[in-house]
Amino acid sequence: MSHRTRHAHDPGRRRVLRGAAALGLMAGLGRLAPAFGWGASGNVEAPKRSEGNLDIFELTIERRPMRIGRRLGNPITINGTIPGPLLRWKEGREVELRVTNRLDEDTSIHWHGILVPPEMDGVPGVSFRGIRPGETFVYRFPVKQYGTYWYHSHSGLQEQLGHYAPLVIEPREPEPFEYDRDYAVVLSDWTFHDPHWVFSRLKKSEGYFNYQQRTVGDFLREAREKGWAQAWRDRAMWAVMRMSSRDILDVTGAEYTYLINGRPAETEWSALFRPGERVRLRFINASAMTFFDVRIPGLKMTVVHADGQHVAPVTVDEFRIGVAETYDVIVEPDDRPYTIMAESMDRSGFVRASLTPRAGLKGPAVEPRKGPVERDAAAMGHAGHGGMHHGMAGHGGADDMPMKREAQGGMGRGKGHGMMHGMGHGAMAMGGAPAGWVLAGRKVQHPPGGHGPGAAMVTDNPQYRMDEPGVGLASAPGHRVLVYDDLRALAPWPDRRPPQREIELHLTGNMERYMWSFDGKKFTEVTGPIHFRHGERLRLIMVNDTMMDHPIHLHGMWMELENAQGEHRPRKHTVVLKPGEMLSVLITADAPGDWAFHCHLLYHMKAGMFRVVSVS
Amino acid sequence: MKLKAFRLTAPLAAGALAATLGMQAALAAGTGPQSQPGWPLPVNDATPYGKVLIDRIEYAWGDEEDVLEYDIQAWYGGDYQRLWIETEGEDVRSGGEGGEVENFDVQYSRLIRPFWDVQAGLGFRRTYGPGPDHEQGYLVLGIQGLAPYLFEVDANVRVSEKGDAWFDLEAEHDMRLTQRMYLQPRFEAVVAAGSDEDFGMGTGLNSLRLGLRLRYEFRREFAPYVGVRWWRLYGETADMARTDGEPTDDLAVVAGIRAWF
Repeated sequence: MSHRTRHAHDPGRRRVLRGAAALGLMAGLGRLAPAFGWGASGNVEAPKRSEGNLDIFELTIERRPMRIGRRLGNPITINGTIPGPLLRWKEGREVELRVTNRLDEDTSIHWHGILVPPEMDGVPGVSFRGIRPGETFVYRFPVKQYGTYWYHSHSGLQEQLGHYAPLVIEPREPEPFEYDRDYAVVLSDWTFHDPHWVFSRLKKSEGYFNYQQRTVGDFLREAREKGWAQAWRDRAMWAVMRMSSRDILDVTGAEYTYLINGRPAETEWSALFRPGERVRLRFINASAMTFFDVRIPGLKMTVVHADGQHVAPVTVDEFRIGVAETYDVIVEPDDRPYTIMAESMDRSGFVRASLTPRAGLKGPAVEPRKGPVERDAAAMGHAGHGGMHHGMAGHGGADDMPMKREAQGGMGRGKGHGMMHGMGHGAMAMGGAPAGWVLAGRKVQHPPGGHGPGAAMVTDNPQYRMDEPGVGLASAPGHRVLVYDDLRALAPWPDRRPPQREIELHLTGNMERYMWSFDGKKFTEVTGPIHFRHGERLRLIMVNDTMMDHPIHLHGMWMELENAQGEHRPRKHTVVLKPGEMLSVLITADAPGDWAFHCHLLYHMKAGMFRVVSVS
Repeated sequence: MKLKAFRLTAPLAAGALAATLGMQAALAAGTGPQSQPGWPLPVNDATPYGKVLIDRIEYAWGDEEDVLEYDIQAWYGGDYQRLWIETEGEDVRSGGEGGEVENFDVQYSRLIRPFWDVQAGLGFRRTYGPGPDHEQGYLVLGIQGLAPYLFEVDANVRVSEKGDAWFDLEAEHDMRLTQRMYLQPRFEAVVAAGSDEDFGMGTGLNSLRLGLRLRYEFRREFAPYVGVRWWRLYGETADMARTDGEPTDDLAVVAGIRAWF
């Protein structure tokens, strides 16, 4: 334990924290329970050594048996903990990371969201060979950005086993907001099984982990409520498609123990504050497969960063965080404890932590919301006209599908008319799109006959959905939920050129066989990388032809999200696409080299939803 | 005859396996120019998997006989191409003797539509006791998949060494009663284009089988069940059974296990 230090506060904060000595207690508390990984409160920070403009960190990757909640797990740790230690870098300096592999297999570290030279990006097979057992690999690069990020293994399924950690870069320029104290809050999903076993279940048995599926009882209840004919029509559409409206997350709380900073709800982590302080919480979703809905009942959260980048402050009560995304929020708690509640998007489980003025004083109990969460027709880019795909059953039995959006509690409103492949092309979906949406009226491009057997559906008329929080979540009076349209960059980014080129890419999959891909082709099936011309400005258009949400991550370059904020596009390293959604990002291809581009759901990537982008 | 059937199926199995694994060659096309020889694949989405599914292994308490019946499938391979082995049969345990291996198929299976595989291969069937044993090889061609409204469908045409063809269709549907309890109606029909007395196969509709099984998944992989199943023979097939003094229909209570690994 002596090789790491704990910082209860941010030494680089704008306002001086008084009475820091009293808070030294927190550091001590953590040391009492090393078997839990991180301590019961505070963040574990990696020590650094500086030589001139260079900050040097040593990281060791090894298996270490450890208590996770009340059971013993055998995670892959970084410097002995999960999550690994927080790395604190400074914009404008250079960093050196000496990574030693003490596993009996290759490993790697990818600096998620960090702009690095391609050979420092840490993706085995794309940027380097990987780090062999016993080897120490030295990463070294200048730090050219600020913000909250994370780092993790890009080898096999190691990420699922705890090989992830937070990364904070202090900005060179003063930040446009103030806070007294900051904590990284790392959300993750833990399994006591071998991740390869988890993946093999998905490969062999669709819906293996889903215990919230529709039953005959659900149908009978709906038949009583809305009549047999209507209930049948609603269900028939899904049954004909051979899709499940309850397929929200592939791996659920039935398998996972959800963690905040390495701790499940039963041995919860806590963030200490002194009354009157402004606390910055840096939420990082380091999960393999889980989207979380995060709230702190009784406390407003002001979102100031998304994916490490400044955004115009937006005050919300809750936000959904996709896998690999980060959101920084600022809260101003009163002198009482609060509960940080993170529920999996399918409501199959949750994890909580406390935000508290006194160690040991927990936040109040918060009732987790009940599932199941159900998708509606909007998930298929489908609102007005029934239609099938692939012509296996040519009847359109869903003409009067409710035009409700994917939202809980009747927040739905009418959307444009989407339709499935084979039902003709008519009205274009605008949905909640802002005026002047760049993709308005766009006719998506599918190859004739669809994307092949690896793609179970195609969406001919995908929708604008950045005005929605996502399935099972909705704003209500007095409860504002963050949506992508809320994210506004403080100023336009430097490259104001219009895009010179457009690339359209479809997110595709076949749930039945657990195949995931882009344009119907798994990574091992493609004939070459996606080519970006060095220096070009391009628009990447993505269409989600699946029933799942996908967090799409581009390495090496920012994606400027073309949402409702016009020129003030937020820039992101990971963009979530909802089912049936189409959106676009602008990219300045200023990073020559090969870069990974993939779905950040770990098992989707493993199943083929991965491409190499080559910039030259 | 048994050896012969083996001689027929073994090369096919080897061929299917080779095709299945062959697709793993030349994997690196998607990697970029920066990639160097000896580097691993960033993602290997072509790892082969395998599964053995004991769809039914059950004891049936029938009107006249008690019979042990089974339906087992196994596959190995990637997402598109698989070696597929399937067998179905029964063994009389009391109230009579003998039994049959209705089919033992070794097939190459290929995903051609998101929910459908086409399958082709060789197989054999066998009857034993009372009376002389019979064994016969055949060619099999079929489709297997998930039909709209979530019916698991398996349809095959088989052509025997003698040139007789017959067709069978199986369909089952899982009605979810709770998150672990399923009611499964099952349907099977056999129609033949020729007759073969050795196997009690007559021209035309041979048989209909219906089943209804209630299973409980203690784990997804392990689910005991109880149920009923009924079958009836028709036309020439029924005549053959009557001649042999065998029943032409049977209603049985069944108890069994569905399991996979």
